[in-house]
Amino acid sequence: MSFFKKLKEKFQTNQSNEEVSDKYKDGLSKTRKTFSEKINDLVARYRKVDEDFFEDLEEVLIAADVGVSTVMDLIDELKMEVKRRNISDTKEVKSVISEKLVDIYYGDSEEESSVGLNMQENELTVILFVGVNGVGKTTTIGKLAHQLKSEGKKVLLTAGDTFRAGAIEQLSEWGKRVEVDVIKHSEGSDPAAVIYDGIQAAKSREADVLLCDTAGRLQNKVNLMNELSKVKRVIEREIPNAPHEVLLVLDATTGQNALSQAKTFSEATDVSGIVLTKLDGTAKGGIVLAIRNELGIPVKLVGLGEKVTDLQTFDPQAFVYGLFADMIDDE
Amino acid sequence: MAFEGLADRLQNTIQKIKGKGKVTEQDVKEMTREVRLALLEADVNFKVVKDFIKRVKERAVGEEVMESLTPGQQVIKIVKEELSSLMGGDESKIAVSDRPPTVIMMVGLQGAGKTTTTGKLANLLRKKYNRKPLLVAADIYRPAAIDQLETLGKQLNMPVYSAGTDISPVEIVNQAMAKAKEEHLDYVLIDTAGRLHIDGDLMDELIQIKNNVSPDEIFLVVDAMTGQDAVNVAESFNDQLDVSGVILTKLDGDTRGGAALSIKAVTDKPIKFAGMGEKLDQLEVFHPERMASRILGMGDVLSLIEKAQENVDEKRAKELEEKMRSASFTFDDFLEQMGQVRKMGPLDELLDMIPGSNKMKGLKNVEIDEKQISHVEAVIQSMTAKERQDPSIINANRKKRIAKGSGRSVSEVNRLLKQFEEMKKMMKQMTNMQQGGKKGKKGKKGKGFNFPFM
Repeated sequence: MSFFKKLKEKFQTNQSNEEVSDKYKDGLSKTRKTFSEKINDLVARYRKVDEDFFEDLEEVLIAADVGVSTVMDLIDELKMEVKRRNISDTKEVKSVISEKLVDIYYGDSEEESSVGLNMQENELTVILFVGVNGVGKTTTIGKLAHQLKSEGKKVLLTAGDTFRAGAIEQLSEWGKRVEVDVIKHSEGSDPAAVIYDGIQAAKSREADVLLCDTAGRLQNKVNLMNELSKVKRVIEREIPNAPHEVLLVLDATTGQNALSQAKTFSEATDVSGIVLTKLDGTAKGGIVLAIRNELGIPVKLVGLGEKVTDLQTFDPQAFVYGLFADMIDDE
Repeated sequence: MAFEGLADRLQNTIQKIKGKGKVTEQDVKEMTREVRLALLEADVNFKVVKDFIKRVKERAVGEEVMESLTPGQQVIKIVKEELSSLMGGDESKIAVSDRPPTVIMMVGLQGAGKTTTTGKLANLLRKKYNRKPLLVAADIYRPAAIDQLETLGKQLNMPVYSAGTDISPVEIVNQAMAKAKEEHLDYVLIDTAGRLHIDGDLMDELIQIKNNVSPDEIFLVVDAMTGQDAVNVAESFNDQLDVSGVILTKLDGDTRGGAALSIKAVTDKPIKFAGMGEKLDQLEVFHPERMASRILGMGDVLSLIEKAQENVDEKRAKELEEKMRSASFTFDDFLEQMGQVRKMGPLDELLDMIPGSNKMKGLKNVEIDEKQISHVEAVIQSMTAKERQDPSIINANRKKRIAKGSGRSVSEVNRLLKQFEEMKKMMKQMTNMQQGGKKGKKGKKGKGFNFPFM
């Protein structure tokens, strides 16, 4: 299991990394436990690698919300690999499983490090947040505003959710908490107009970052998706190259529908990254695999808890470490 | 990434065993694998799927294939029956306490839609049961959650009890109960904060509220898009609070909603309502039957056939068909045809029953407005008998009169006339095509139609 050793060494030699990975470990403790426990159970139960073994493995992966087709591909690859290396002992197959999973996380590029936000130097950076209802867009904006402000940036928020009752108040409350200004109109006004005003205000106040909230919408509502495209067009028109990031906020408890969300929102707004929220519950993690594998959109931020500091840059290595910590420690 | 419905998935397997009189074990194995994938893709929990497949296998092997069905359909039928029985019957009653107020508590994860659903439920209680609900803002954690409920209260013109965020939810609920009694409000709807089922402190808070007010109903609000984790969430909430029912939200999205099945299977608590949109009147009674079809991604073929047989007068249908063929189809016939279709039920419901309708590009986003149909009917009914027989005589003056009579605009009358002409043309073409080739399938006829109400 040379890969894990490498990973482990990396974390042991690097103190600051230790801290980050601890956060992941805590946040993902439930996920990790259930997931690697299951794989261990599985390995213990089967002596031989046969069809039944693979069927059970398939279920373990599916239970982690890894997309069905991703799982099917993975199982096929595993079967090939097992044949090629002539593995019949289930203990050996465990390392192959981990390797393959990690492969998907990293994609084709070797040990790709975390993909940060695309921030502009000495210029206004506009970030647009999109997603379905109740995934945590506004909360994420609040947390990110706090983070950016503590980095010394001048942050401005725009309350583009003019539809849901209390959404503007919610963002205003966040503005008060982290002490940044919020540009808002009244409920029911045109979101594109609010965002336009936000841009003008950001320009005149010389803000570094403008975070744009939008109303949650289900991706099959064509009108609402068109509205979102319009919002994006307004931003594009006012500032060339903007929005610099379009972040799709995804609830980690979401099942297969997350793929459909990622796809449709990308079509409407050209999503540049994903924020995976509510990763501190049970299960999950698998959806990241599926989305990276099938759509190639990188995860940029993860929400690991309710505290304002619980929004972390997505670090694939720390994430993998958190997910497989049990296995690594076993070595 | 397109989700294939079960019916599509089964096509290949069905092709192979077409015409067999009996379903063999091998057939069943192949087909149940497809069923299993379809269920997993719909986010049904894998454990639930496993049990389910086992039952289907047992029933399907060796079963005589019904005369009217192919072996594939036979398996689908068994799957559907099993699925429907697992989902349970319609149970959308809301408890009524002997001693008012009746207390309803809304619980669930963050972002499931508790606050919105609280508003919708209050609206339903007033509209359908003529009750006077009090909304209680017990979410002191999320910023502006109280504002949200208060705004909903304003929109609905309903009382909301809130006491700020510096007071414990338990205390807020106690005070709200006193207020409800004092003002003779007969329902108290408690909107609690979203929380993780593994958050001990916050779960204790719910248990404390529960012990204090002994609610008549505890509704677990679950996002229909939830994946495999739905089982853990539902089980955990149910173990700690003994919920009385489930409300599924955001079902108007394109999720298959397998979570519904998982929740029902592990908690055995009825799913009572479903949130079908962002407006406050879009909370609907949950239909297990429809959900079963949706999860499988197949139209409810069987019920469609049944419905059609029940309601369509076959002789009349033949006559109409004949008329279509000879292109002597008039507005009178059209009116009657619409009536026939309408007898079968709401149109969008019918559309849902057509397999593949969720995939057809044009149909996917069609908002079928029942009102629109009534408008069309009104326009036709405002025509004279002569006009209905021969629309070509309708000139500008007549159009004005028809528009006035039906309360619609002249342009709408124009549009209907145009569409009717096109429809007739299309029928002519189709008839020609049919005469050329072999007799087309009945169902195909509707394909090119541009019904004026769609």
